[in-house]
Amino acid sequence: MQRGVMSSGGGRSMRSFAPSRILIYLVVSLIAAAWLAPLAVVVLNSLRTNEEIAQGSMIGWPQHLAWSNYAAAWSGFCVAETCAGIRPYMLNSALVTIPATIFSTLLGAVAGYAVSLWRFRGDSWIYGIVTLGIFLPQQMRLLPWTIVLRDTGLMNTLTGLVVIHTIQGLSFTTLFCRNYYVAIPQELIRAARIDGAGFFRIFWRIILPLSPPILVVTVIWQFTHIWNEFLYGVTFTTGQQQPVTAALIALSAAVADIPQHGVQSAAVMIAALPTLLIYLIGGKYFVRGLTAGAVK
Amino acid sequence: MTIAVSTSVRRPAGSDMIRRLPELLAIWVPLLLSAAHLIAFTLWTIWISFTPSTLVPVTGWVGLRNYSAVAASRNWQIALDNLLLFGSAFVLLSLATGLILAILLDQRIRGENVLRSIFLYPLAVSFVVTGTVWSWLLNPGLGIQKLVHDLGWTSFRFDWLIDRDMAIWTIVIAAIWQSSGFAMALFLAGLRSVDADLIKAAQIDGAGAIRMYRRVILPTLWPITITVIVIQLQFAISTFDLVRALTNGGPGIATQLPALVVYDLMFQRSLLGRGAAAAVLMLLILLAVLLPYAAWRYVQRRRAIHA
Repeated sequence: MQRGVMSSGGGRSMRSFAPSRILIYLVVSLIAAAWLAPLAVVVLNSLRTNEEIAQGSMIGWPQHLAWSNYAAAWSGFCVAETCAGIRPYMLNSALVTIPATIFSTLLGAVAGYAVSLWRFRGDSWIYGIVTLGIFLPQQMRLLPWTIVLRDTGLMNTLTGLVVIHTIQGLSFTTLFCRNYYVAIPQELIRAARIDGAGFFRIFWRIILPLSPPILVVTVIWQFTHIWNEFLYGVTFTTGQQQPVTAALIALSAAVADIPQHGVQSAAVMIAALPTLLIYLIGGKYFVRGLTAGAVK
Repeated sequence: MTIAVSTSVRRPAGSDMIRRLPELLAIWVPLLLSAAHLIAFTLWTIWISFTPSTLVPVTGWVGLRNYSAVAASRNWQIALDNLLLFGSAFVLLSLATGLILAILLDQRIRGENVLRSIFLYPLAVSFVVTGTVWSWLLNPGLGIQKLVHDLGWTSFRFDWLIDRDMAIWTIVIAAIWQSSGFAMALFLAGLRSVDADLIKAAQIDGAGAIRMYRRVILPTLWPITITVIVIQLQFAISTFDLVRALTNGGPGIATQLPALVVYDLMFQRSLLGRGAAAAVLMLLILLAVLLPYAAWRYVQRRRAIHA
């Protein structure tokens, strides 16, 4: 795989000692199994009937595959008073996550380009303030957002959540793009400006064509974050307007009386699928976002 | 810095502004929206924390009354105790787990990419999802304890989830599972960037693998370790979703954390002033972690420049 890169440390591994090698593999495999266990439990339970789970525990092999759990979780199950499964909530999450991801990424690209290459008076100050948003806890913004959403009539709307995630997402997207763009030589921009290219032309012709690597990171990061977000979803929306994370909590409260763990597992699986898929496909970029957000 | 000014041909400022309007809008609107909402929202919440607001924000001034009410409440005291325990246990254990995993993966083992993906995948999934799953596994009537009972060992007990004294440890377990992959990723990057010459020199001196790690490699990881600690602490301070899905603060209020107290005051008890005060206190705890870190980073950077 990436042997070439990884072997940079020279021969410091304990290759020569066979027993210690076996021990290493054993320990790593055990931890890996423990790490996969919760996922395995959900997948297996999503295929077991409620009777089966009730007779044994949540940990077990399905006797016959109950695919009907997925159908019930998707479109038949009751959350609160409505019995439409988690489909409407998945749709809500998609309708919030996709536009908010696109808007925050595009705006972040423009902002990152402006603060790193275009430069203007006060750019480092305003960039500093924007990146503070990464640290400011959600709880400090809950009341102001409540008031803003109420006064603009966006309370309990998906548009409201899109607005919140777009504006708040700028902290991360601007940081990511700015850190990527600072590596582009200023001379390139200067030369283009002497040729008469303006802000937008340079953005379209020079910056965007160089951007795909960072835009992939930013999109994956934003999508994952917004899809997984819970606090704003549960605070600013109710009932049919809720994103899937909030609906899952409502669902687990609803099934507390009559356990329906098979269906609930299927619902959990469906809700986790979009970000799991993105992680499987673009894991490398996900990790890059993770480390970029951490060290820069 | 001021290329924009120096290259623009002198012409009446008004028409220049109009010509550059789209550009100015594109630059300033998103940046100002983002910066202004951060400053305004922070000041707004701080202001509300000094007002007698209950159901709706009202003007008025009650000084530190909201703060003293929050600080005196049992809910908040338990939340602080829990934060201290959860924060330190979670940070230390996830740091240790992440470091061990990184060192193991650094031994040029087969399937490293797959293993790395396995340790990192919890980070891609919502806390709501992972909290729900852990609540099943740790539920004595459904999960691990039930499984062991069914296998025949009926005296086995693992009921921390419903045990007032131990419930907070279930949050620690789930949080470690969730985010030690992050520590691993950063440590692994650090291990891979250790100067090859340094290692070679140590090898020539006849250092074995363990000595090599202790004396040569691990000391270079200090800066990364501090970064990981700060980020994990920041995560611990604002933990909400995980607890909400795993224990919902219970049993009773045994797993209460500051973020849950804020939510409870604001939206369940409609005590906006007190909720805001609790949020500001959360911010202060966060600053107690972040400001020393920022100072440390500043010193490091200056040292790097002068070196």
